[in-house]
Amino acid sequence: MNADDIPGSVDTRVLNYLNRDYSLRSWLSTRDHKRIALLYLATITFFFAIAAVAAALMRIELLTPQGDLVVSDIYNRLFTLHGVLMVWFFLIPSIPAVLGNFVLPLMLGARDVAFPRLNLASWYIFVAGALLALYAIVAGGVDTGWTFYTPYSSTYSNGNVMAMAGGVFIAGFSSIATGLNFIVTIHQLRAPGLTWFRLPLFVWSLYATSLILVLATPVLAITLLLIMLERFLGVGVFDPKLGGDPLLFQHLFWFYSHPAVYIMILPGMGVVSELIACFARKRIFGYRVVAIASLAIAILGFLVWGHHMFVSSQSVYAGVVFSLLSFLVSVPSAIKVFNWTATLHRGSIRFDAPFLYALGFLALFTIGGLTGLFLATLAVDVHLHDTYFVIAHFHYIMVGGMVMAYMGGLHYWWPKITGRIYHDWAARVAAVTIFCGFNLTFFPQFILGYLGMPRRFHIYPPEFQALNVISTIGAGILGIGYLLPLIYLGWSLFRGAKAGANPWGATGLEWTTPSPPPEHNFDVTPVVTTEAYNYPEGTE
Amino acid sequence: MPSTPSPFRPVLLVFAGLMAALMLSAAASYGLSGTSGTVVSLFFATVKLALIFAFFMKLREQAGLVRLFAMAGFFWLAIAGVLIAADYATRG
Amino acid sequence: MKAEGTRVESPYVDAAQRALAQQLGMWAFIATEVLLFGGLFIAYAVYRVHYPDAFADGSRRLDFWIGTINTAVLLASSLAMAIADIAVRRDRRRLLSGCLAMTWLLGALFLVLKGYEYHQKFVEHLIPGPHFAPAGGPAAPEQLFFVLYFAMTGLHAVHMVIGLGVIAWLFVLSRRGRLGPASPGRVELAGLYWHFVDCVWVFLYPLLYLIR
Repeated sequence: MNADDIPGSVDTRVLNYLNRDYSLRSWLSTRDHKRIALLYLATITFFFAIAAVAAALMRIELLTPQGDLVVSDIYNRLFTLHGVLMVWFFLIPSIPAVLGNFVLPLMLGARDVAFPRLNLASWYIFVAGALLALYAIVAGGVDTGWTFYTPYSSTYSNGNVMAMAGGVFIAGFSSIATGLNFIVTIHQLRAPGLTWFRLPLFVWSLYATSLILVLATPVLAITLLLIMLERFLGVGVFDPKLGGDPLLFQHLFWFYSHPAVYIMILPGMGVVSELIACFARKRIFGYRVVAIASLAIAILGFLVWGHHMFVSSQSVYAGVVFSLLSFLVSVPSAIKVFNWTATLHRGSIRFDAPFLYALGFLALFTIGGLTGLFLATLAVDVHLHDTYFVIAHFHYIMVGGMVMAYMGGLHYWWPKITGRIYHDWAARVAAVTIFCGFNLTFFPQFILGYLGMPRRFHIYPPEFQALNVISTIGAGILGIGYLLPLIYLGWSLFRGAKAGANPWGATGLEWTTPSPPPEHNFDVTPVVTTEAYNYPEGTE
Repeated sequence: MPSTPSPFRPVLLVFAGLMAALMLSAAASYGLSGTSGTVVSLFFATVKLALIFAFFMKLREQAGLVRLFAMAGFFWLAIAGVLIAADYATRG
Repeated sequence: MKAEGTRVESPYVDAAQRALAQQLGMWAFIATEVLLFGGLFIAYAVYRVHYPDAFADGSRRLDFWIGTINTAVLLASSLAMAIADIAVRRDRRRLLSGCLAMTWLLGALFLVLKGYEYHQKFVEHLIPGPHFAPAGGPAAPEQLFFVLYFAMTGLHAVHMVIGLGVIAWLFVLSRRGRLGPASPGRVELAGLYWHFVDCVWVFLYPLLYLIR
């Protein structure tokens, strides 16, 4: 395998997880959590690109009030493609399966996750689901929206609902496998001395996320299975003709899909905690509260799904309860935002690129969270339901929150992952570009929605054009912002300066290993004696 | 430990209990109908579940953490059940 | 496990830690299974409350005796699995293989009876869809009962088939003498799965067969 076999030659390379074996086979059969993270990274970047192209086409179509690029049927297929791919094949695996997979065992001082083979299997399952979803798209697409509402999806839609639902169904099991793996890993593989309240907050948020992955995803699986069964038999449990109730589908779907929103934000919150502690050089203010808040969000997040159904024929009384519970879940989220802000107070702040993403997250997540409160209010939701206000709201959470955090985390751990430093100013420019482009894209949509522009239409009244044009221009800027990292991160792989073990001067076990880490992570199992954010200046 | 008893004795006793619950449940279905029938048959099903979980699946001798994991699924199912029931029970 | 590269270090400190991790993993998996079947149970509950008569009528069209016998068969196969778990810890190898074989055969018997029942339903036009035509006139909600019947028992049967595969594999290992008290984990974990699938049926039986 290496030069040791050849007498007389001396191998001066330091072996790490990347260079110990370059063969394709070694990648496809790896059980190393770090390599599996990179397999996920490549896969989800691919799906992000496809889904982004669909978004671009939609924004181009919406430049003018008439339908001049696509007809409504194609437009339906575009937003379904965008939604399904972004939610299940990018956002849900993004931070957990890429950054979580890479960093979690390092943060715990562990050799690997608890079940390395299951970890690899989860990637293959993910790819299988993704291929089926791709087939559904290539074979003509699906026009139901990512929510697959019945009876349209089960009876009337002529898209490839079977294949698409099947793809999501299969990918769900990869979520379950990852979540299960993380839960057991965090329980069992913490280094000696690494007590729960010494864990980095990213680990807490991954634990909370995994709880949701494990407990919510099976309900989605069975719901999609029932839809497939209904399409197969021609009759089914959601079929009003038989006395079935389509709202039952919505209940079961949102029992998964609302908690899934927290799958898509909790890991982001964890990353932001890491970034803020590192770049403010301070212990996170109210560490324990922030840690517990992650769990509180995970649990309360299961009690609020009915707020997606306010204008369905759900009982008004249930609506009131769901509305109140939805207000409740905002409390732990707000606590986190306040604590991050308080951490910045009198910190010695360094404005490196990852920190810019964290700041962006703070601003955008706050807007997204507040507008969520509007939507959780029964009466206001009647006005705003199914308008662009909703679109803007959840993009502030999903993109403004999760994607910003993902980018921040990727930039933060990039030197650890690759052993290389990227161009700092290019990265800062990209971060600012993304922030500006994002706001330009989605802020006008709040106004459009408030004025009454409904979602999921490719035509609209002419008075909405100005704001739509601004939104499309913003999307163009956002697109450029997303392309920049591809360039300078790619560049850094070949030309970047070598990163030391700890380029940011951060605390945390992952920074005690060389960059990139050796295959076995730690030569000696570390013994932990302090909590995660043990910064000399910041601690009081 | 007492000197002689077979190691298989507990599971055999549990099996006898399971069969008794099954027979009682089947017999009751001849006499009871409606709500009382449902309650009785679900009671016997729960007894069987408890026996299997406690003895066959050895939850009785497991650490608290494992028991917590075992209960989590049922707890979350209850969340779904209660809130969905709240909707159906109060629809106008 | 095949040795690959230079190190195949397990992430665990010792066998006890590994065993506990596997236990936790299996129980977490069972929690997901509870929620997977749970979705069906919730749908069942909603419709049963709405259409009590249609459900009682549908239930009477099922074969009470096959349902009851199948419950007994599954409970017996669980017993065999439980004995296998004790046998592997005490190194009673012949008993172990015998119990695994018995578990497998009883599970297969269950599926045969289930298949016969499905066939009956086909003959009686009780498969939901365009050909659904129960004798004595259809009430529309009764199809809901049969959709749920097939979905619930079908999903259960899929789990049985997977379980039979695992047990067959364990049987082969036991015949080759690869299962012993040093590593009881596989039998134990397979047992947890098998018993859980049994538990699902324990609830399907009264909910599907015993509505009066």
